[in-house]
Amino acid sequence: MRTSPDTADAVVRFESVGLRYGNGPEVLQDVTFTLRRGSFHFLTGPSGAGKTSLLSLLYLARRPSRGLISIFGGDVTAMARDELPPIRRRLGVVFQDFRLLDHLSALDNVALPLRVAGVSESDIHKHVPELLAWVGLADHLHAKPPTLSGGQKQRVAIARAVINRPDVLVADEPTGNVDDRIAFRLLHLFAELNRLGTSVVIATHNEALVRRFAFPRLHLEAGRLSVLPPLAEAEHATAETFPQALGEGRLG
Amino acid sequence: MIPFFQPRSDLPISADSTGRYLPWLVAIMVFLAVLALAAALAIGSVLDDWRRDVAGTVTVQIVPVAGSDAAAARAETDRRVEQTLTILRQQSYIVVARPLEESQLVGLLEPWLGSSDLVRDLPLPRLIDVQIADGARPDLAALGRALRDTVPGATLDDHQVWLASIISLAEGLSLLGMLVVGLVAAALAATVIHATRLGLEVHRSQIEVLHLIGAHDRYIAQQFAARMVGWTLEGGLIGLVVAIPALMGIAWLSKDLDQGFLPPFHLGFLGWISLALVPASAALLALVTARVTVRRSLRRML
Repeated sequence: MRTSPDTADAVVRFESVGLRYGNGPEVLQDVTFTLRRGSFHFLTGPSGAGKTSLLSLLYLARRPSRGLISIFGGDVTAMARDELPPIRRRLGVVFQDFRLLDHLSALDNVALPLRVAGVSESDIHKHVPELLAWVGLADHLHAKPPTLSGGQKQRVAIARAVINRPDVLVADEPTGNVDDRIAFRLLHLFAELNRLGTSVVIATHNEALVRRFAFPRLHLEAGRLSVLPPLAEAEHATAETFPQALGEGRLG
Repeated sequence: MIPFFQPRSDLPISADSTGRYLPWLVAIMVFLAVLALAAALAIGSVLDDWRRDVAGTVTVQIVPVAGSDAAAARAETDRRVEQTLTILRQQSYIVVARPLEESQLVGLLEPWLGSSDLVRDLPLPRLIDVQIADGARPDLAALGRALRDTVPGATLDDHQVWLASIISLAEGLSLLGMLVVGLVAAALAATVIHATRLGLEVHRSQIEVLHLIGAHDRYIAQQFAARMVGWTLEGGLIGLVVAIPALMGIAWLSKDLDQGFLPPFHLGFLGWISLALVPASAALLALVTARVTVRRSLRRML
């Protein structure tokens, strides 16, 4: 790996990445960008522009058809499958459709990344309820996802993505199902995580949100990516008190 | 519930329909395997006794030639004995073939027939003592046929020939028992592979989530393996619990056959222990099979 000042603090690097499904046309073409440690980007663009495809490459659900993707300094396009889990554990993902496990309680869903990483049950029972309380689900620790509202599920999904204090947080429309008040509150959670060093990428349609926070935009238009400056200067709202679990660094 | 039978799982494998049939299939398989193994072991233990009986010595008997000319008849009988000895000495497994002296024969008969003078005039059958090499498994029936065909009046001791063929049959049955155990194991493995693949397919999207949050294949394999082991143990214990009284019944029935045609059913301590270990072996097989199946299938995912 080169260690020039240009790439030294790059956590994610896409170079000329192309993606096609089967023999279809390329849904992503020559996508090139770098995410530095502690950066915060919105991912914007019309529906069908390839936002979810781009994110799925980022959270390693797919391999690109061409190009290079380097995450934490390793070329993930060339990695063997058993080398991927350690990298995935440093990524937090909020899926567009949440992808919660319906048979597990909210608590167990949020605990999954910790269990997978072999964190002790006592640590799990200390930190998970705290984070769930912080996202406003203190009364729903043992509720199963099918009994939760869309917004509640979304908060469980977000809690699951951030419980292990990831180095990179990827969120696909994380504020799609909640009102603006909760959306801002969630954004503050992401911003706080960001302040602690996590690189954040948030795909969103919510223009109010993009205007409110002064973060640069990765803009996708028909499969091509351009990096745009922040849409507006933000009056950075005061950060909320952060759950302690996230302040202590990664558990697993 | 015992925790081992209901392992904590991130995947709802326990709710699969597999749980409704797999334990019962395993119960039937283990029942059959236990019976087959018991048969193989019981036969194995009597085989050892039988083999000791046929090992060592056999006896060839040559009927004396009858005729008006006593001297000629005697000479012909002697010739036949020599001919028999020639055949016997050609067999690689025969160490020594030695005709019994006439005086020894007379000595053998004395307790029944009295005075040796009287006996001496009787046309006595000639006996040849044949010593078989240690550990050799001669085809005595074939030897008996060969003697009968070439030397008129020569016969091999019936009991030992019969026992030798019974041994072959018993060995065949014992082998068949082991083969059945092997087939049951193969069927169990195939069942576990099928159930595991089905589970992988049903829970595909949940498995993908586990992968994306950083689960290793072995983490997922462990959950399937634990569930398969639980079901296999449940079924295996049921199968064992049904098979043991069946075997004890057979053992009890065979007690009445003292010294009869069939040897008594006898297993010994180690035999019963190996039967008790069948469910555990089945569980171990399920564990390995499920792990290998999951890891092979997952290798095709990203």
